Amino acid sequence: MATAGQVIERAVARPAPGRFARIIEAYRKEKVALLFLAPFALAFLVFTVAPVLTAIGLSFTYYNMLQPPKWIGLTNYRLLFLDDSVFLIAIKNTFIFALLAGPLSFTACFLFAWLINMQRFRKPLALIFYAPSLVSGIAMGLIASYFLAADRYGLLNNFLISIGALNQPVPFLRDVRFIMPFVILVQLYMSLGNGFLVNIAGLQNVDRTLYEAAAIDGIRSKLQEVWYITLPLMKPQLLFNAVMSIVSSFNVFWLAVGLAGFPSWQYAAHTIVAHMYDYAFIRFSLGYASAIAVVLFLFTFGLNRIVFRALSTRGDY
Amino acid sequence: MSTYTGLYYGVKPVRRRAFTFGQAVLLVFLLGMAAFMLLPLVFVVVNALKPIDELLLYPPRFWVQRPTLANFGDLVLASSALTVPFIRYVFNSVFVTVTVVGLTILVGSMAAYALSNKHRWPGQELFFTLVVSALMFAPEVTSIPRYLIVNRLGWIDHYWALIIPPLASTYAVFLMKQFIDQVPREIIEASIIDGATDWTIFWKIIMPFAQSAWATLGITSFVATWNDAFSPLIFTRTEVMKTLPLMLQTIGGGIARAGAGAAATFLMIFPPIIIFTFLQSRVVESMAYSGIKS
Repeated sequence: MATAGQVIERAVARPAPGRFARIIEAYRKEKVALLFLAPFALAFLVFTVAPVLTAIGLSFTYYNMLQPPKWIGLTNYRLLFLDDSVFLIAIKNTFIFALLAGPLSFTACFLFAWLINMQRFRKPLALIFYAPSLVSGIAMGLIASYFLAADRYGLLNNFLISIGALNQPVPFLRDVRFIMPFVILVQLYMSLGNGFLVNIAGLQNVDRTLYEAAAIDGIRSKLQEVWYITLPLMKPQLLFNAVMSIVSSFNVFWLAVGLAGFPSWQYAAHTIVAHMYDYAFIRFSLGYASAIAVVLFLFTFGLNRIVFRALSTRGDY
Repeated sequence: MSTYTGLYYGVKPVRRRAFTFGQAVLLVFLLGMAAFMLLPLVFVVVNALKPIDELLLYPPRFWVQRPTLANFGDLVLASSALTVPFIRYVFNSVFVTVTVVGLTILVGSMAAYALSNKHRWPGQELFFTLVVSALMFAPEVTSIPRYLIVNRLGWIDHYWALIIPPLASTYAVFLMKQFIDQVPREIIEASIIDGATDWTIFWKIIMPFAQSAWATLGITSFVATWNDAFSPLIFTRTEVMKTLPLMLQTIGGGIARAGAGAAATFLMIFPPIIIFTFLQSRVVESMAYSGIKS
């Protein structure tokens, strides 16, 4: 895929004479196409492009919705990184979360798709593995809290006590040591979503004759088969999944709220999105919250660029 | 899907029909995992059927002894305590979700057709690059300005606020474009010679061709909208406009309405699963196209 930079370069590098006339002519010819694009383009500009630009603009201001925004330069960013210890906790949590849950879910999406695809009853199995990802974060948080409740009503505590592994119930969701691991576990549990289906579809579309050809060329085990044939062939799907898993793991908020409450105990499950929500819609400190949004934007975008670069180099042929 | 039936010409293939020990272990592992994945769903069903004394039973029991549908009745009645009848939340959720799904498919497919290789216009590539870039960050990033814009438009506490912003779905455009690019050029050229307009081509050729893509888009946008708690939370004020996820958050967890909560959780999580079950084959078929070519 061409990067934005390359595309712009190409657009700018066109020969100058009669350029505008030709562009207008091209638009006139594709009038209908532009009409088709119009409803989406309008929504996209108003609800995505304009908001990104507005967030960047607001992040340099003090704004509480009652008075007009006041320009304060980099103050928000300085406060954010130097004075706001809760924000640093949120960054730490988000990164732990993204670096554990992101790659793990990405791997699980491939591993389980691969294993299930070899089975005879792959359709019902795929449905069962996919189902938890269809459950809303709030509902899953509620369900998990039945299992993990701190008193003996909690099914996990009850089970562990009955088999004698514990003497006393452990407050899993009120203990700083356990909150994050459990949020990550439940997130992983729900992560066999679209990425998983994309892989199943990709695996089904791999040309069988390639495997036979490879068998002749001396590929012996299933593992060699997957490494030398399947993975390179599925690069586009894998790239798409990597991007999606990064976005969704940076995005975690509702599940953490459902599991650990808001704000969570000692901010143990506080994420960047939670921090932004707190400042934007509870304290109405919109300039400051916008700065948080911009930081989140840069993190996600930056990480995705890195993943893009890393995956683009492997196995080009 | 490929069903290969060719001959092997004496070369021993890697794939064998015989059921080896390793495969048996794998199957047992997968079945165990499947049981684990089903656990919360079974729990939700079982809980929704438990009479109140079993819900509060100590020590807790997983399975239900005397199943009853009383909780669903409670849900409808208990809602008088919620100031708004339960059916209102259901209506809001269903109405918003169905409208968003329908419009997302329409608007996304139309845009995808304009961005596909069936059209060429200056800036097309740049626009698509912008769309792909927007896939790379969480929509939460834009929630503050979105709120300000929706507020300025006077849409707070109106259905508009829940229906229009999701139409900016870049995923929809991305997925549909991958599909529309595959439509053979010859078919379209032939129909242009026959005098078909873009509008006819879109409805008679493009949309039927991309059926399984809209199945995917339909389920994805259904799940996203049905489960979305963020937009109703920030865009609605009054209880009359709230949707199921917010109601669940209000009554969920409390002992006083445990029965109603269990029934509400059931109603919240099963519609997406049922719809997916019907669309599964089509969805998997189309998923192969959602890759990013680098």
